[in-house]
Amino acid sequence: MAQGQGWNPAIAFRGAGEIFAPADEGAGAALALELARAAPRPLHEHALKEVKDERAFLWVQDASAIRAGGRPFLPGLPRDLAHRLIHVTARTAEDALFALEEGVRCRDLAFVIGEIAGNPRALDFTASRRLVLAAERHRVPLWLVRVDARRDLGAARMRWDVRSAASQPSRWNPQAPGLPGWRGELFRARGLRPGAWWIRPEPAHADGGGDGEAILSARPVDRDAADQRSHAQSARAGDLVRAAVDRSLAAG
Amino acid sequence: MPPTSDRTPNRRVLAIWCARLSIDRWRQAETSGGEEPDTPLALIIETAHGPRITATTRAAEAAGVRTGTMLADARAICPALEVRPADPAGDLAFLERLAVWAQRWGPWSALDPPDGVIVDITGAAHLFGGEQRLLDDAARVSRARGLSVRLAIAPTAGAAWALAHFGAVRAGTGGLVLAEGEDIEASLAQLPIAALRLDDDVLLVLRRLGLKRLGDLDGIGRDALSRRFRNRRSAMANPLMRRDQMIGLVPEPMLPVVETPPAMVQLRLMEPIRHLPLLETVLSDLAAAMMRKLEGRGEGARRLELACWRVDGEVVIRTLELAASTRDAAHVCRLFAERIATIDAGLGIEMARLVTRWAEPLQLAQADLDASAQVHGTSLAACVDRLTSRLGAQAVRRPVAHASHVPERAQRWQAPLAPLPAGQESFAFHARPLKLLDRAEMIAVLYATPDGLPQRFRWRDKVHDVMRAEGPERIAPEWWREKGSARLRDYYRIEDREGRRFWIYRLGLIGDGRGNAPDWYMQGLFA
Repeated sequence: MAQGQGWNPAIAFRGAGEIFAPADEGAGAALALELARAAPRPLHEHALKEVKDERAFLWVQDASAIRAGGRPFLPGLPRDLAHRLIHVTARTAEDALFALEEGVRCRDLAFVIGEIAGNPRALDFTASRRLVLAAERHRVPLWLVRVDARRDLGAARMRWDVRSAASQPSRWNPQAPGLPGWRGELFRARGLRPGAWWIRPEPAHADGGGDGEAILSARPVDRDAADQRSHAQSARAGDLVRAAVDRSLAAG
Repeated sequence: MPPTSDRTPNRRVLAIWCARLSIDRWRQAETSGGEEPDTPLALIIETAHGPRITATTRAAEAAGVRTGTMLADARAICPALEVRPADPAGDLAFLERLAVWAQRWGPWSALDPPDGVIVDITGAAHLFGGEQRLLDDAARVSRARGLSVRLAIAPTAGAAWALAHFGAVRAGTGGLVLAEGEDIEASLAQLPIAALRLDDDVLLVLRRLGLKRLGDLDGIGRDALSRRFRNRRSAMANPLMRRDQMIGLVPEPMLPVVETPPAMVQLRLMEPIRHLPLLETVLSDLAAAMMRKLEGRGEGARRLELACWRVDGEVVIRTLELAASTRDAAHVCRLFAERIATIDAGLGIEMARLVTRWAEPLQLAQADLDASAQVHGTSLAACVDRLTSRLGAQAVRRPVAHASHVPERAQRWQAPLAPLPAGQESFAFHARPLKLLDRAEMIAVLYATPDGLPQRFRWRDKVHDVMRAEGPERIAPEWWREKGSARLRDYYRIEDREGRRFWIYRLGLIGDGRGNAPDWYMQGLFA
């Protein structure tokens, strides 16, 4: 894992990840989108970088996730993704799992995002393992947002717990919410050491129309500061995003 | 009709007018081809003002019933009138078949709805021994089919139509022929003005001007006519254009009827089958044969129909619709697998047939040999097909931008593989939330009246303290779409103490005269 400002928590990520997030904020879906965008799936094995990825991506939501958090809104999606969205409304968690599995088997999709609310019985360890294996075999990244769920057994290679964090102050209006930020806790990962991180999209891309790859910056949460995290502190933390990461993510 | 920019003397067109098409069809269906009954009878169609007569028998006509009158009026004249429902769609379908059938006299035919067919017989008349013999032949076989037709041959479609409808046929001949080299204008001068195929209101205008015959138009300067009808662009409403088409000065494009039988494969089975695995084998054979057939035609299937004939006389039909045209037999079989599992075989299935009801052009593509070894997984179209066949077509959609300021109307949903409509880019300086709730939820907000920033609010039984806020962004109601009492919305982007970012709005202003104190709603979640 690279250090420094270009640190990318999703680099070379091919399998399936899970993101636990509350239903009443956009953090889960937003982080899933950013992580999927940050680790683009190559068009071909040896393709040139310049070819723009125009493949569609699948966004599967089950009915209770829609009820709790709403549907994706086209004008609010990142520019380079908005026209590529294919949305699936699943009535039950079983249908959502079916759709997710069909999605990761599809070679024409850039990535798959799922939102399933709660801990439905259908989503047990076997089902999650099935999804992970299919995603790894067909090399289609899958990010499953677990809305309002408790941490159960899961086979995902990366498991995050994410909340919204105070945004960076806006450049033009200090009273307004600025660039979004999230506090992510990586509590299970293969080949990485778990830890808590401040994550935010790099400003240059977030306001520049979002063409090209997204770059996420992450800064480890100081354990003491994490406990008494307040608005002022996290606002100050926003200034330090570009500072060097003082701890490598790689295990050992 | 191939465009003819100038007078082409060698073109010959046959017009067939089925003068009594609806009645003929009704007679064949109900009286099995017998003679018309003596009792007055009319075919009616339901309109907003009640039933209206679209066709009558000769007996009814003799009793004074006219086509186009309301049934109530006709009943007053002829109380004994019987009625049957008309079948315009069936008439049109019959006319299409008739147009294909009429290609026996010429290589090319077009529909002339509602009750005519135009056939190009250029260079084909000698096969029948001349044009008069061709007309006799056409009249004879049409009579044998139980159709009363009027026929005419002329150098243009317009002239042939006029002669067929209004020419006086001499007894003993099949129809009228306007010989080659004759002056069309002069020979048709005595026909009524209605022979120009104009709309009723234009005919009324002409009749009021005292123009009753085609020859009357010659007496008037072209300038006067073109000035009188200068705002009538379509051919049906412009007598000058119609006359030029009739004479052949202006080409008259027509849509040819081309018969394309649907691709169909079938298997008769030696032994009736009763078990699903056998039916699956039959289906995969049929699918493979169908895909070969489609490949030969350069097409792919969009809608397939599988029909199974049972021994006891029942036919079980299953249809399948695909998101994109395909020639992948395995994919078709997989999608059919769910549907044929519910087929009740009864005493056994003795014949199975697969028909492509809807095909689209699909070019042959060379398989990428290297890539196919490496890339596995399904294509996007196949993935969408499998999702829709299990979850339903409404479950898989993609959002498209729609021209509206109101957020919930700014996006619509359409089929995933349909082409995106052209649209304007949205403004980049408007911050919009990542997700929108299906229905905005009412919240209780503490704010400085009348229009201060929100301080604190309660949503879903949770209290949020607002730390940062931006707004209002005012979105006015769309007055061209909504009622006058609709209230404006003031949108605020806010961030609470925990860092959650929301999009809330206040519906209305205090004292805008459109209701009580404004309510607040939660509508979207920001990233």
